[in-house]
Amino acid sequence: MPDSPRYTVADRPPFRLADLLLRWESILVVLLALVFAVNAWATPWFLDIYNLADATYNFSEKAIIALAMALLILTREIDLSVAAIVALAALGVGAAGALGQPTPVLVLTGLGIGLLCGLCNGVLVTRFGVHSIVITIGTMSLYRGIAQVSLGDQALTAFPQPFLDLQQTYFLADPPTPLSFVLFLALAVVFGIVLHLTATGRRLFAIGANPVAARFSGIRVDRIRFLLFTVSGLMAGLAGVLLTARIGVVRPNIALGWELDVVTMVILGGVAISGGIGSIPGVVLAVLVLGFATFGLTLLNVPGIVINVLLGCLLIGSIALPILIRRAMRRRRST
Amino acid sequence: MSWLAAHREVVLALVIALMVAAIGAYAPAFVEGTSLLGVLDDTALLFMLALGQMVVILTRGIDLSMAANLALTGMLVALVGQHGPDLPALAYIVLAILIGLGFGLGNGVLIGGLGIPPIVVTLGTLSIFRGMIVVIGGGDQVNASEMGRTFQAFPHKALLGLSSVFWIALAVAILMQLFLSRTRTGRGIYAVGGNPTAARYCGLVLERYQVLVYAIAGGIAGLSGYLWVARYGVAYSEIASGFELTIIASCVIGGVSIGGGVGTVPGTLLGALFIGVIVNALPTMQVSPFWQMAISGAAILAAVIINARAEAHPDKLILPEARRAAAGARG
Repeated sequence: MPDSPRYTVADRPPFRLADLLLRWESILVVLLALVFAVNAWATPWFLDIYNLADATYNFSEKAIIALAMALLILTREIDLSVAAIVALAALGVGAAGALGQPTPVLVLTGLGIGLLCGLCNGVLVTRFGVHSIVITIGTMSLYRGIAQVSLGDQALTAFPQPFLDLQQTYFLADPPTPLSFVLFLALAVVFGIVLHLTATGRRLFAIGANPVAARFSGIRVDRIRFLLFTVSGLMAGLAGVLLTARIGVVRPNIALGWELDVVTMVILGGVAISGGIGSIPGVVLAVLVLGFATFGLTLLNVPGIVINVLLGCLLIGSIALPILIRRAMRRRRST
Repeated sequence: MSWLAAHREVVLALVIALMVAAIGAYAPAFVEGTSLLGVLDDTALLFMLALGQMVVILTRGIDLSMAANLALTGMLVALVGQHGPDLPALAYIVLAILIGLGFGLGNGVLIGGLGIPPIVVTLGTLSIFRGMIVVIGGGDQVNASEMGRTFQAFPHKALLGLSSVFWIALAVAILMQLFLSRTRTGRGIYAVGGNPTAARYCGLVLERYQVLVYAIAGGIAGLSGYLWVARYGVAYSEIASGFELTIIASCVIGGVSIGGGVGTVPGTLLGALFIGVIVNALPTMQVSPFWQMAISGAAILAAVIINARAEAHPDKLILPEARRAAAGARG
């Protein structure tokens, strides 16, 4: 055939079962199944539907932030100020509550403060061209500091009952589902669609793989960065609202250290810190693995700080193991 | 602006001097000799830790586990002090350095040996070290009365009005300066951080330097762990919690570039001193200590913005002659 093309240019690589099984998401699915199996075997209370529902309270707020953080880390950025934004948003919610404002005002206050903080991060990062880890360490101190200065050693505890009901009653009665978990799943779908099925999502991967090349391909890199930091702030604001409604008290040290928990979720979800690799399903799976592993260990009366040791080992081990396996395979192939 | 870039340390020193003068005008007690020396004493641990962090950041890395390493090593030597016989202070110091060095080496092997990103490794070891304190100590704290006499006495020994902790920090700073400016390995750290690819072609392997710098940071964290626990007379799991970010903030204010290859010992010391002055000045000015965090946050942002402008010229010249020639050509 004279007119047959010399090369076949495929749209995607050929399907191989080994590729699917070695995907990071597949490993996480196995891990999640393992977590459920071990916990169900170890304690009879783990598989109780109400227990599982209540377990989601403990990680859904962080998980909502993790969705935005995943997009940031995917594009080689990071936002360490999220926990401080949660605190500042919670402070705003608490102050509005103390003024006797109704629930919608409280929610909007929290979201608004989160959005403003995110905008501020976005401006600083895009305007001065300094790596976001430095900028957000600075804004983290600034936001948390503002919360400390305005609240001191006081606590805000006046909230209208409908506001507290948002998180202290189930959003769906049967099966029992907390509002924060519903919001997390809904937002995960939105973030997943944007990242994996739209042109904007492809642009994020392009920026993460090579920001300079992305800029020369006509992608407005700084505008996208700015938007991502704004979204991150907004999600942190939402988490602040949900957290305040759940615990019903605001202190300046609220959500202390959350930034590292959120980053752990994202990294365990398979998002590469060097950018350009990652998926929303991976992050969702990692959130569930971490959340239910923590919950199971709590049921077994393991102290929280010991759980942290195990989660630290899980984080390093899950990254180190594939590297070691790949090295071993390469060595065997070369001999 | 190019003058600013070349004399960043001078500018920072001037800013600190102005700040001290302004605080002194408001609260004269702050500028009395003993009070100012107190600031140096109080900041001594931050000086050391910031230098350890600087070496790591020079290689484009970051060590989030330094404060946790400090706390864990502090707990371990406190337990030795509690259960062992009274050892001379030097033995505790050597022991603490070795323990911290071991933990740092662990970080270094995971980062340099396996190629896992520094932020991932040190985030993980941060949790692990903190948790190990509870596992090893059984959740109890070690109090001053249980630690042993020589263990506790050492940090309170004074010379010329300054505590032994300050003199150790000074020694660390001098050694670090000599190491970074006068040894082949020290220059290599700048080279691999400034441009890892070019350094590789010169035979400098980034991974080996990574193992080295995390070990150095670990050793310094361990040393500070003993000094911290002995100075404040208590060892428990939450010691220096969140201090890792104060350490990094000192480096950033001191002009260490997170992009690697840029940073000096005097700059980092001044960055730490800046934070130390703020922390110590607030109580004397009768400002609520709650302001400390907001002010250091604002200072970090200001420093970053000033540095960003100063760094705006694209070429990065590490040889003094070439830098002078370039400055001459520009000016």
